[in-house]
Amino acid sequence: MGHTIIEKIIGRNTGKDVKPGDIVTVNVDRVMIHDIFIPFVADKFEEMGFTELWDPDKVVLIYDHLVPASQVDDTRHFRTGNAFVKKYGLKNIHRSDGICHQLMTEAGYVKPGHIAFGTDSHTTTYGCVGAFSSGIGYTEMASVLGTGQMWIKVPETIKITVNGKLPEHVTSKDVILRLIGDLGADGATYQALEFTGTAIEAMSVASRMTIANMAIEAGAKCAVFTPDEKTADYCGITLTDAERSLKGDPDAGYVREICYEASDLVPVMACPSQVDNIRPVRELVGVSIDQVFIGSCTNGRLEDLQCAAAILKGKKVAPFVKLIVTPASRKIYREAMADGTLAALSEAGAIITHPGCGLCCGRAGGILTDGERVVATNNRNFLGRMGTSKVEIYLASPATAAACAAAGKIVEP
Amino acid sequence: MGKIFRFHSDVDTDQIIASQYILFPTIDEMKTYAFESLDPTFASRVQPGDFIVACENFGCGSSREQAPGVLKALGVKAVIAKSFARIFYRNAINIGLPVIVCKELYDQVADQDHMELLMQEGLIRANGQTFTCTKLPDQMQRILDQGGLIASLNKED
Repeated sequence: MGHTIIEKIIGRNTGKDVKPGDIVTVNVDRVMIHDIFIPFVADKFEEMGFTELWDPDKVVLIYDHLVPASQVDDTRHFRTGNAFVKKYGLKNIHRSDGICHQLMTEAGYVKPGHIAFGTDSHTTTYGCVGAFSSGIGYTEMASVLGTGQMWIKVPETIKITVNGKLPEHVTSKDVILRLIGDLGADGATYQALEFTGTAIEAMSVASRMTIANMAIEAGAKCAVFTPDEKTADYCGITLTDAERSLKGDPDAGYVREICYEASDLVPVMACPSQVDNIRPVRELVGVSIDQVFIGSCTNGRLEDLQCAAAILKGKKVAPFVKLIVTPASRKIYREAMADGTLAALSEAGAIITHPGCGLCCGRAGGILTDGERVVATNNRNFLGRMGTSKVEIYLASPATAAACAAAGKIVEP
Repeated sequence: MGKIFRFHSDVDTDQIIASQYILFPTIDEMKTYAFESLDPTFASRVQPGDFIVACENFGCGSSREQAPGVLKALGVKAVIAKSFARIFYRNAINIGLPVIVCKELYDQVADQDHMELLMQEGLIRANGQTFTCTKLPDQMQRILDQGGLIASLNKED
């Protein structure tokens, strides 16, 4: 019997012929810890009695949720993090370069075939380059830091095929939102999502990142794409035969297969306050809005900002609406500055912020209050995510978000 | 016997403990804000030995370990749901909070009913009925039996 991509990655790591349900111990290639959880990881690491990291080269610490500090107490996280770095000889640290999930592949830490874990649920993002990656808690992370190993249950795989060409203004965000709506918020719990088909092959790595990022919103353990030439370019590598063979075998055992025809897909939104509450944008046209947010590890990449700038070209953000644009990393910020994208967005009336998690985690940079409504390109619309629990959050693609910013209400892009 | 606090489907980790509290230095400082957006009185009413009973997908959302952490700190004896989100489930076991899958219980009990958990036998008794729970994988049961991942790792040494 053949294997799915995830079974191949785990099989190679462990040297075993694995099948779904097997419990195996894997050797971890990379781990990521971000600023919110570093104090807790540090405490647990010492409580476990470890005195050194299993491999300092494989550990990445990223300050992103709290950068720059908006509350005095936030600085404790940087102090604790810096002390941990010094004490244990950690080498890979980013203090203001952007969002963790953007940097882990952008800065070359995660490559095809790797197994990576992070203290954040959106760690699923690295599946965009053909890696197995998933979120864990801080106690588990402390254990991995000391041992370099983690036990996992080999997940079943759901195969998602998207064939054909996406219509104009329908993006990978619409694909993943539609899928989450169809699967439900727990439709893929404990399972892996494997993406294939001509529409997926035609996507940039950035677009695939959007999909992998949101796999957790259907409960998935991970999402994964076959590495191709685009992946190789993005990672700055030449693919080996082993990396090229990270594709689902024709006789692999899938728990479920779902197919979409790309031309059938339309712009959609996740309506308040569940990510699986998906409706076509056309059914929501006219709903008034107070703010638009374009950014996050889901949709803060160059192509997202360029798409928004193109839609806003020659237009202005509607009166009484604030448009907040947050590039996902310093690299993206600089590229968008160099090619005129930021200038165009600013000309249209956007507020452009420093790279980081920003508004997505609701700590700073555009908090809303009771009765306000926001169209946002990030990954969660949970109660209280961007301010009070009576803020209504609609999740959408950058194309839809930009069109809404200009119209001052929900419209199709 | 403990009291049941009953919750619906898809209770996310932001609802269990909101983002603005997870930066507090200790779990004890956070615990009084548990379930604040759903039920601000929860933390003052729950007693050690009480239970959370939920429908599907309990603990979906972020990886924050503070979510099972505050429940354990408040003395919640176990969470029993039809299903759990996987990171919450794993975190709970790692900190020694029993999380138990039981498909029938939720539909047969009301908020503030009483129940008894017989963990070794895999049984729950409530309202004169007995319910069977799903067993944990051996690996997880071992960690839970030893009181969580830290105790378990220290034992291996």
